[in-house]
Amino acid sequence: MNELAATQHTAASLAPHNHIEVRGLDFHYHQQRALNNITLDIPARNVTAIIGPSGCGKSTLLRVFNRIYAMHPGLRASGEVLLDGENILDPRYSLNRLRSKVGMVFQKPVPFPMTIFENIAWGIRHHERPGRAELASRVEQALRDAALWDEVKDKLGGSALGLSGGQQQRLCIARCIALRPQVLLLDEPTSALDPIATGRIEQLIDELKRSYTIVIVTHNMQQAARISDRTAFMYMGELIEMDATEKIFTAPARKQTEDYITGRFG
Amino acid sequence: MIDHIIKSYDSELDRLTSEIVGMGEHASKQIHAAIDVVERRDERAARRVVDNDEAIDAMEHAISQDVVRLLALRAPMARDLRAVFAALRIAADIERIGDYAANVATRAIALSMVAPVAPARGLRRLAELAQASVDEVLAAYRNLDAERAFKVWQDDARLDEAYTALFRELLTYMMEDPRAITSCTHLLFMAKNLERIGDHATNIAENIWFVVHGAALDAPRDSRDATANPDWPQLGRAPSGEAGQ
Repeated sequence: MNELAATQHTAASLAPHNHIEVRGLDFHYHQQRALNNITLDIPARNVTAIIGPSGCGKSTLLRVFNRIYAMHPGLRASGEVLLDGENILDPRYSLNRLRSKVGMVFQKPVPFPMTIFENIAWGIRHHERPGRAELASRVEQALRDAALWDEVKDKLGGSALGLSGGQQQRLCIARCIALRPQVLLLDEPTSALDPIATGRIEQLIDELKRSYTIVIVTHNMQQAARISDRTAFMYMGELIEMDATEKIFTAPARKQTEDYITGRFG
Repeated sequence: MIDHIIKSYDSELDRLTSEIVGMGEHASKQIHAAIDVVERRDERAARRVVDNDEAIDAMEHAISQDVVRLLALRAPMARDLRAVFAALRIAADIERIGDYAANVATRAIALSMVAPVAPARGLRRLAELAQASVDEVLAAYRNLDAERAFKVWQDDARLDEAYTALFRELLTYMMEDPRAITSCTHLLFMAKNLERIGDHATNIAENIWFVVHGAALDAPRDSRDATANPDWPQLGRAPSGEAGQ
């Protein structure tokens, strides 16, 4: 962390701290602009929901936060995304470092075709060199934090593919938090799950926000209303409105937001 | 406001609005009928007014059920949520307005059994102001016209003034002639009931404001009932413990 960023971090920890600050972000898929001059703040240890119709840019924004786009040529982001005051879009900000701080969970759970234990251990070994005992305890802790331990502790050597969809998704969350990131990005994490499994994930998100900054993209507005502290509404690559979730769902300021969340978008 | 993508949602919200308007119109007629039976000293007609209040209670019950169903099945948000929430509160206000009209009719029965007194005429003006407030606030509700609702809210001061004037007149009568005390006491309670109808009309106005603006109506206004002010009556002692019933 450079000196300026370190100073900002200290100052910010006194006030409610903006973990991620997006400043004038543009994003292009080749010639097509997907994000247009986005500026917003994501507070630390809060759940921020991003809602909007398909193609509004919400997933793109989420993906910029851990530079997933970096592996594709022709995709480019400009502007600034500050994580603890450091611009993660700067090529000098290493991807490895970024991904250890910012974890991502996708719509469809994608466990690796290996044992439950290895699903978690693999990532830890990639970034660190823990001893056997430490590795085992890290795996256990991650599974406990993801509220999955009691269900899998007797079959850690079994294949992760044998788990139910909801369990697989919690395994993916466990795999993420095993690396001790600061930010968790969730892209439609429950859209493939039944209401019970969804409820478990939502309860988990509520617990995880004590330790992590969480950003969730969801099509389910009730879910955004249930679990987030702040909600951003995006439309056609622009941020239309961002405010306290309670405000957005009871008395949004912008007509477009109102039309979308009341089901009037035509 | 443009329509919902799901059309049946719109028709359910529209239905809720027309139920409220229908209930309000019924309550307005009850006010009119109540003052009518006071003047005609018609005991049987007064009992009919009292009996008709049941229909208003039934309408409130139906509206509550519709609100619960809409909340459960449609999960309304933002302005829709405010509209559904306000419908529940407005229905409760109209139900109270109906009760007050029925109370006036009940006292009309008692009043018809004693000798008529002159101030009974002052009650008509009060009833007309109260009914006008209810009609006007219903029109504001039907069109979701916050400014019109705000006007009703402000104009409630006129009803309060008329009530205060009648109150004063009735006190004078009672002091002049103790034989008028029975009639005048009934009239005092009837006047208070009509004044309370105005307060419920202002509650409805506040709810309309909330539906439209998403915030509480926040403006200064004179205190409600000047007769409750300990400094108020310049004549005699202040009556106390007056309940709106």
